[in-house]
Amino acid sequence: MPPFPEAAAHALRDSQQRHNLHKATRTIRAKRDALVAERDDWEQLRLSAEAIKNRTLAHLDEYLLQFEEAATAAGATVHWAPEAESANRIVAGLAIDAGADEVVKAKSMTTEEIGLDRALAAAGVDAFETDLAALIVQLAGDVPSHIVVPAIHRNRAEIRQIFEQNMGAFGRPAPDGMTDDPASLAAAARAHLREKFLRSDVAVTGANFAVAETGTLMLVESEGNGRMCVTMPKTLISVVGIEKIIPTWRDTEVFLQLLARSATGERMNPYTSTWTGVHRAGSGSGASVIDGPEQVHIVLLDEGRTDVLADPAGRSALRCIRCAACLNVCPVYSRTGGHAYGSVYPGPIGAVLTPQLRGLRSEQDRNLPYASSLCGACFDACPVRIPIPHLLTHLRAEVVDDEPAFPPSPERVAMKAASAMFGRPAAMGLGERLAGLAHKVIRGGPDATVPSVPGLAGWFGSRDVAVPPAESFSNWWSRTDGGTRESGDGR
Amino acid sequence: MNADGQALDGRALDGRAVILGRIRRALGPDRDAPPVPRDYAPASLEVGTPELIALFAERMEGAHATVRRVHDAEVAAAVADIAGRRGLRRIITPPGLDRRWRPEAGAEWLADDPPLTTGQVEGADAVLTAATVAAADSGTLVLDGGPGQGRRVLSLLPDAMIVVLRAGQVVADFPAAVARMDPARPLTVVSGPSATVDIELSRVDGVHGPRELDVVIIEDAAAEPPLAGGRG
Ligand code: SF4
Repeated sequence: MPPFPEAAAHALRDSQQRHNLHKATRTIRAKRDALVAERDDWEQLRLSAEAIKNRTLAHLDEYLLQFEEAATAAGATVHWAPEAESANRIVAGLAIDAGADEVVKAKSMTTEEIGLDRALAAAGVDAFETDLAALIVQLAGDVPSHIVVPAIHRNRAEIRQIFEQNMGAFGRPAPDGMTDDPASLAAAARAHLREKFLRSDVAVTGANFAVAETGTLMLVESEGNGRMCVTMPKTLISVVGIEKIIPTWRDTEVFLQLLARSATGERMNPYTSTWTGVHRAGSGSGASVIDGPEQVHIVLLDEGRTDVLADPAGRSALRCIRCAACLNVCPVYSRTGGHAYGSVYPGPIGAVLTPQLRGLRSEQDRNLPYASSLCGACFDACPVRIPIPHLLTHLRAEVVDDEPAFPPSPERVAMKAASAMFGRPAAMGLGERLAGLAHKVIRGGPDATVPSVPGLAGWFGSRDVAVPPAESFSNWWSRTDGGTRESGDGR
Repeated sequence: MNADGQALDGRALDGRAVILGRIRRALGPDRDAPPVPRDYAPASLEVGTPELIALFAERMEGAHATVRRVHDAEVAAAVADIAGRRGLRRIITPPGLDRRWRPEAGAEWLADDPPLTTGQVEGADAVLTAATVAAADSGTLVLDGGPGQGRRVLSLLPDAMIVVLRAGQVVADFPAAVARMDPARPLTVVSGPSATVDIELSRVDGVHGPRELDVVIIEDAAAEPPLAGGRG
């Protein structure tokens, strides 16, 4: 995957995708805004959520131990996976122990992040995605482009084609007469997946929340595929990032009131399932039966999260509840789409979380903190008040600090010059006159962008900057006395 | 084992010690966390008022469910009417369901006692179930596997779901419902029929869970039987 500037430029040329994204993000923003406006206490809910997550992170070791104890007492088995690789090994081992050569999966960004499907395939276990969007992505051999709606970059016509061409290779083929009506497509997915739900012995899910006090896992969804996964198979394995902990059962009232409104613009998502270890149901004639899976496994995953925790200035990114509200409001994401970010976590949260999880090592991760206009819409939308613009500048500083001081990068030179100029009005005036001169040198029409400037290829290569105007604003202001004396001498 | 959880033979055997060790190093001994403010709207104490029932009905219908309000003696007739309109012929009843809710004629009744096979559940048209609590302002109802609700699978595989609520089970808002939910039980929180927004973010009803959700509220059943296993 190329770094963001290159990938974004490529994505921007895909007019079909831009159209799909524009339509989808606009729809979801309007629904969210209406439902958020309905709550007088929205800001109070956000402040509570922020404080609950901060508290969790400050005592994460204690809450994890409390969670383990409660879940174990309820009949679950808790595993600890420091890295993706150990998580994958644990899950594959459990599936094989259960005698399974296939598993059904509820959508889980965490298992995407660790590449679980590939690891299972290598162990001889097929993983079938059951969330509609995740199924579309899997059948297309694609990767998710959004946290909540992973196939947001596809429209109905494309989805119909994907189903028609590829469903048969994974199981029950698309029915004759399937149209591109979303209802017809959803019906095809229902029929395709029903046989898998009825036959699979093992399900793999993530979890939205893990309650320390009670050992409860919670799965928030819309379609019922999550309910299928926590109900039908004999063995249930859930991969849960350690940041998903919340301290008390009562805390769920805060997060469930925030999540659906932020994610899909609904007051409440259609289904939320909770499970606390292994459940029994009373039957009328006295004997109790197991309700749901007989074996419940929970894999607690670190995979870089403790590195994020170690940076007090970057830690707040771990508060994220993956609602994707920041993606939907982002002027960059809603044009480039998710793939350009080169991570399962795209958009504003991806730009701050991914480089922290992976370390600022690769060219790609060092570019991500720049994938933003710093407009601040993401912070306003975030239900847990993550100061994303602040994190972006914090990470940019880390990227720059990390660079060798000599030769200085063009960013450094430009920032030095800018700070010198903004500090002194006389220099600013001179700079503006020089820019006017540059206009004559660079040329181009009114909408032209600066193609390249010798020595600053890095800067202009990833930024479309308009050619400077012939006259600066302050010059125009003094010449026309603030526009009151606009003379006809316009050059 | 050393502080990083590395076993002496060099392999990281104890993932737990590794992760806890990393967290403790990341956080250090200074663990200041300000207290959690809870200034959002407190859980409302009202239960089962006509206004709440009306709000619940409006919100549920907004999520594409149907809601009927009946008197205690009319439940069976309402269920028969729903079954007739939707063409539901084989209907599951969980253990402990109030027998008076079940109309005598018009459908074949499958009691989950002894437990039905998955094939039998899959072959049914609907389930008739009770619920534990409902939240008016979010249009939400909760099943917890208690009497009249049964195993999770019963309300999952059939295409249609008929839920009977007593007015006294309808609380004002979600926090009030959370206070009545017992996390030790298998909870299913339902806010409308199965739906997806995965195709162009336009809502489609009915993917895997029941496509049709009908709710019957008994308006004069303010006093509900004690919640089995609930925290009240
Ligand atoms: S950063 Fe905030 S807005 Fe973005 S996905 Fe996470 S919780 Fe949602």
